[in-house]
Amino acid sequence: MSTNPHAHENLIDSDTGKMGMWLFLFTELFLFGGLFLVYAVMRTKYAADFHHAALELNAFVGATNTVALLFSSMTVAMSLTAIQQQKSGKAIGLIFITLLLAGVFMVNKYFEWGHKFSLHLYPGSDVMKTLPHGEIVFFGLYFMMTGLHAVHVLIGGILLTLVMFKIGSGKIRHDHFLMHENSALYWHLVDLIWIFIFPLLYLIT
Amino acid sequence: MTYTSSEPLNYLNHKTGLWSWLTSSDHKRIGLLYLYAITIFFCAAAILGLLMRIEKMAPGQTIMTAQTYNGMFTIHGIIMIFIVVIPGLAAVFGNIFLPIMIGARDVAFPKLNLFSWYIYIFGAILGLYSQFANGHSPDTGWTFYVPYSAEASSNVVIALTAAFVLGFSSILTGLNFIVTIHRMRAPGMTWFRMPLFPWSLYATAWIQILATPIIGITLLMVMAERLFHIGFFDPALGGDPVLYQHLFWIYSHPAVYVMILPAMGVVTEIFPTFSQKPVFGYVPIVFSSLAIALVGYFVWGHHMFTSGMSYESRWFFSLLTFIVAIPSAIKVFNWLSTMYGGSVDLKPPLLYAISFIFLFTIGGFTGLALGSLATNIQLHNTDFVVAHFHYIIFGGMGFGFFAGIHYWFPKIYGRMYNFKWAYISWGFLFTGFNLLYFPLFVIGIQGMPRRYFDYDPKFQTGEFLSTIGAFILIAGLAGMISNLVYHARKGPKAEANPWHGVTLEWQVPSPPPHENFDEIPVITHEPYLFDKPATK
Amino acid sequence: MKNHTHAVSTDRANWTVLLILLLLTTLSVLAIKLQVGAFTVALALLLASVKVTIVLTYFMHLKFEQTILRVMVGGVFLLFAIVIGITFIDYLFR
Repeated sequence: MSTNPHAHENLIDSDTGKMGMWLFLFTELFLFGGLFLVYAVMRTKYAADFHHAALELNAFVGATNTVALLFSSMTVAMSLTAIQQQKSGKAIGLIFITLLLAGVFMVNKYFEWGHKFSLHLYPGSDVMKTLPHGEIVFFGLYFMMTGLHAVHVLIGGILLTLVMFKIGSGKIRHDHFLMHENSALYWHLVDLIWIFIFPLLYLIT
Repeated sequence: MTYTSSEPLNYLNHKTGLWSWLTSSDHKRIGLLYLYAITIFFCAAAILGLLMRIEKMAPGQTIMTAQTYNGMFTIHGIIMIFIVVIPGLAAVFGNIFLPIMIGARDVAFPKLNLFSWYIYIFGAILGLYSQFANGHSPDTGWTFYVPYSAEASSNVVIALTAAFVLGFSSILTGLNFIVTIHRMRAPGMTWFRMPLFPWSLYATAWIQILATPIIGITLLMVMAERLFHIGFFDPALGGDPVLYQHLFWIYSHPAVYVMILPAMGVVTEIFPTFSQKPVFGYVPIVFSSLAIALVGYFVWGHHMFTSGMSYESRWFFSLLTFIVAIPSAIKVFNWLSTMYGGSVDLKPPLLYAISFIFLFTIGGFTGLALGSLATNIQLHNTDFVVAHFHYIIFGGMGFGFFAGIHYWFPKIYGRMYNFKWAYISWGFLFTGFNLLYFPLFVIGIQGMPRRYFDYDPKFQTGEFLSTIGAFILIAGLAGMISNLVYHARKGPKAEANPWHGVTLEWQVPSPPPHENFDEIPVITHEPYLFDKPATK
Repeated sequence: MKNHTHAVSTDRANWTVLLILLLLTTLSVLAIKLQVGAFTVALALLLASVKVTIVLTYFMHLKFEQTILRVMVGGVFLLFAIVIGITFIDYLFR
């Protein structure tokens, strides 16, 4: 350790930093958990309406986004392996692919939301008010869940971009990569939540 | 603040100037920043409380309109709950003493700690702003119940944002404490050698982390409801207002334990010290803290007995409410047994701690009356509830806080307050408190609803007595605060260990040095052994 | 210091994990399309839970982490399940 010129006394060690990140992820899980709770209650109440409204969603788009996120989860995990093996270039490349996949996800999302808006299927619209109660709630949940999730994709993307630059400038290295690890954990969380959102919103038809 | 150069360097004087405070990541300084902010907000909200009491001194309009009254009880609640009591003990004494008591130089993430103070201040300012912006202070009550909160024309969105932001600060503090306790304990300080205040903070921090996000998302949903008519809680769009109540209380009931658990931890430190006797039943106290945190998470429904929940779930929540009383009672027995046979020394901290037991017990028993299904129907939404939670929150957390500040004051400032002054203030506080809140039990049983601006003249005796109590209480507060503020700078120098405590914070100089310890101590035995100091 | 035994998962292992995840995704899409009766939702959630467990274990390295983290993660999911269960004591019996 003493050979490392950057080993300050006040540097946060890896296990401490990671535990902090995990605790933060728990709060994120419960943030979405509140929405899942609403979903569970409402779905029980309006099972038929939920089935019908879910047909409106394009399962293919949802599946594409699932694949994109799963893939990006792998590339970010691989980049973490690469940085530990001192392959900075490979790590940067893999994070770049991750960001591209995040871009695919967001573009898909953009068109999906845009399509809903063109059909006037958004909260508070005139079309929406004519729908059965269960469908109104379903679309409310759809926008709230995917919207909040998209915000998390954005934050994760920003974090990973920072990580990429820090690897480039040598601030994240094989012996000092806590931020890389924690950003990767955050990215996996984004994936985790999507893994639940996908079947609940797109597949219940 | 000026200090003579003859004083040894400590955390208060090793750097000076406002800037050095606003940028300090020293846990003790951050604790003090919280203390000052909380004191200011507490005084403001206490004055709002006094104004409301004056309004209710006589039936009909006395000094304010009904709308002003509605805004006042809302903002009194928001400030007291979200800005004063929830951060309260954990952010002040937790920050100052947790690292010292477990033998660490600081918390695990010092910069994050400072950051959460800034978030807290930002949230607090937003909260204040919601009171004054456009002259429409929110009038929903601090519970933000839908459908009213989704429709009211007042500054509800600003107030919701404030609560959301404050919740984020609370989460970060809890996160910091959990990691600190897991990773930063001194060598030899095993889990069961840890003093009990850190244990209570540990249980509290878990609730902060796991319950606060639920209120976060709930507040976001109410905002979406207001801004986009998203329909989760609006029956006209298929929503369910009772679902809001579930979500709200899934957080807000555990939040009560965020308030009270650290206060229990503080008095658990005080009883052994002023009895010079090991704490009675260390392990049961630890597990009762954890049990309160865990079971306390599952009793939220007892706020909703009259909201149309299913009979089965009312039964379930009532049962769990009775169960959660058990660990609290265990603690009370342990505190009393700690004093039994000890050389009890009735210094101000112990006096406040004993008052804590007295008031908390009244609050606890009346809580059982509210937790039982039949009596709840009569008592729900009456002044009985108001009296009950003030006995718990003010009598419990408030007096726990007062006990803590009188206990640790000489450690924090290196100076001692005036005892006589402290005793007299206590007399006013204790008398005023009981005169203020006890009549509310009585008129509550008789049917006086809470949050009402006006009342039937038959309640006037109770309301009048209560207002007299409020004046006495405020006088006591003024006495106590001025005693502390004055002696923080002008008091006589205190010894490093004036109460002969044995936990680690009493083994360092007063005030503690910048990084607490010259050398990290090695712990060789459990705490509270009064024939052995904590180290060596 | 056991915290510097960072187990490095190989690219090959990561690819394997991804393939399994994609397989499970396909499976859940198929299961829904085929409408396997009343248990469709349960099946979808079960498959999602398996996927989440895999991501937690391998991509998020829980397999190689301190035991306490695994305990915490398990506890958090359990707590959430209990909260949902308790809420449903109300909604199922109304």
